[in-house]
Amino acid sequence: MPKTIVCDGNEAAAWGVARSRPDMVAVYPITPQSSLAENISQFVADGIIEADLMDVEGEHSVLSVLQGACLAGARTFTASCGQGLAFMFEPYFRTPPLRLPIVMSIVTRDGITPQSVWGGQQDAMTVREVGWIQMYCENNQEILDTIIMAYRIAENRDVMLPVNVCHDGNYLSYGVEKVEIPDPPEVDAFLGEKNTNWHVALDPERPMAVDPLTGGATGIGPSLFVRYRKGHCRSMQNALKVIVDTHAEWGQKFGRQYAPLVEEYRLDDADYAIVTIGGMTGAGKDAVDAAREEGEKVGLIKVKTFRPYPQQAILKAVSKVKAVGVVDRAVSFGWNSGPVFQELMATLYRLPQQIPAVSFIGGLAGADITIDHFRKVIAATARALDGEVPEEPIWINEKD
Amino acid sequence: MKRQAKKPFDESKIPNDMCPIATKLVELKTGDWRAERPVVDRDRCVKCGTCWLYCPTQCIQERKRWFEANLEICKGCGVCAKECPHHAVNMIEEKEE
Repeated sequence: MPKTIVCDGNEAAAWGVARSRPDMVAVYPITPQSSLAENISQFVADGIIEADLMDVEGEHSVLSVLQGACLAGARTFTASCGQGLAFMFEPYFRTPPLRLPIVMSIVTRDGITPQSVWGGQQDAMTVREVGWIQMYCENNQEILDTIIMAYRIAENRDVMLPVNVCHDGNYLSYGVEKVEIPDPPEVDAFLGEKNTNWHVALDPERPMAVDPLTGGATGIGPSLFVRYRKGHCRSMQNALKVIVDTHAEWGQKFGRQYAPLVEEYRLDDADYAIVTIGGMTGAGKDAVDAAREEGEKVGLIKVKTFRPYPQQAILKAVSKVKAVGVVDRAVSFGWNSGPVFQELMATLYRLPQQIPAVSFIGGLAGADITIDHFRKVIAATARALDGEVPEEPIWINEKD
Repeated sequence: MKRQAKKPFDESKIPNDMCPIATKLVELKTGDWRAERPVVDRDRCVKCGTCWLYCPTQCIQERKRWFEANLEICKGCGVCAKECPHHAVNMIEEKEE
């Protein structure tokens, strides 16, 4: 029987890791990820996780260790965020093109400076173009389930890419909910046999040079480099279908259905919609329900998978409405807007008609995006539908 | 070309656009991308060994009456020419063949 417990998001993540049976975990603690690392450490001490746990001297070593372990055939896990992710960046950049199916939680945290230790999505959003798969979770059960699914997606032979499972620092990492932990044999059957290094390996039986010098201006260098880049892009596109299939099978086996790429909430008869990502979505749905009761024809579009960018799914959702308001928990400094907004604008270009869109930025450095905030987001998006479209982003917590 | 210690394994089942691996040994020498080569003026060279000490690739070879760079390895950085106390080393541009 599946076990039901009450725990915070970091413990839920640790249970997802436990059920995925990694061979090696390397971690370095950083707020708000630390209790995730502590839970895993406890699980290893208690024999719940039979993995080698390496407490290394920093995040650069964390991912370097896991690269070696993965190349040697291990299933691996780590978690980080914020400045830890920044310090990890050199091996982080190298992991996707090496095609290593490492799973890593980003317990999202705002970027410093100003000095802060609180949630935001600036860290994960900043690395969105590095080539990892990124999925953002809404609640603790989704964190646990998505971590297990992440291994299945990462290790699919048509994908072979690392996956970031992102959950909001503070609001999910420390928020307590009821969580169901699936039984080990069922998860084992779902995940199947691991084989993380069939394609690239540190293995005396299969001698090869890993990552030899490739590129340059002469010989086969330029075309070879392009070939690897195209292969990476193709596998990212393959991942869209694999993510959908994996979520569907998860729903069948474990009874919990999640929208794999994009969730449409009360959208079918909506005139306009708000777009959310991550833990803010719950408050967004409540605000949509309240507005519906007042007769507003508003819906919600939740982005779960942000990399690969689910363009068709987003297009299908936005084609149902006549205006959108996008709520970001991060800043795209170069665009004076949020990154989810910025990418949605690129998608809107594919619509036959132009529709107004508004950028909202909130929840920075631990700030809450409340139902009342969402009420204002919905009202501003409704005004955009009537032609009043702000040119600048609306900063949700500016007047808190 | 050196021999590989082991026979390369069969990589035909790995998609060739997947990830950068190599199963056959190909020598790439630092001398292959040199833009300038050091040429020693043998009349000036006193075999003091300063170039030998400073060369970052340690490619200076000893001859009977002078020192000179092994051009398979020398990447043309010019440190030897800069450091030679007798100004015996001149950097000459490599021409395209």
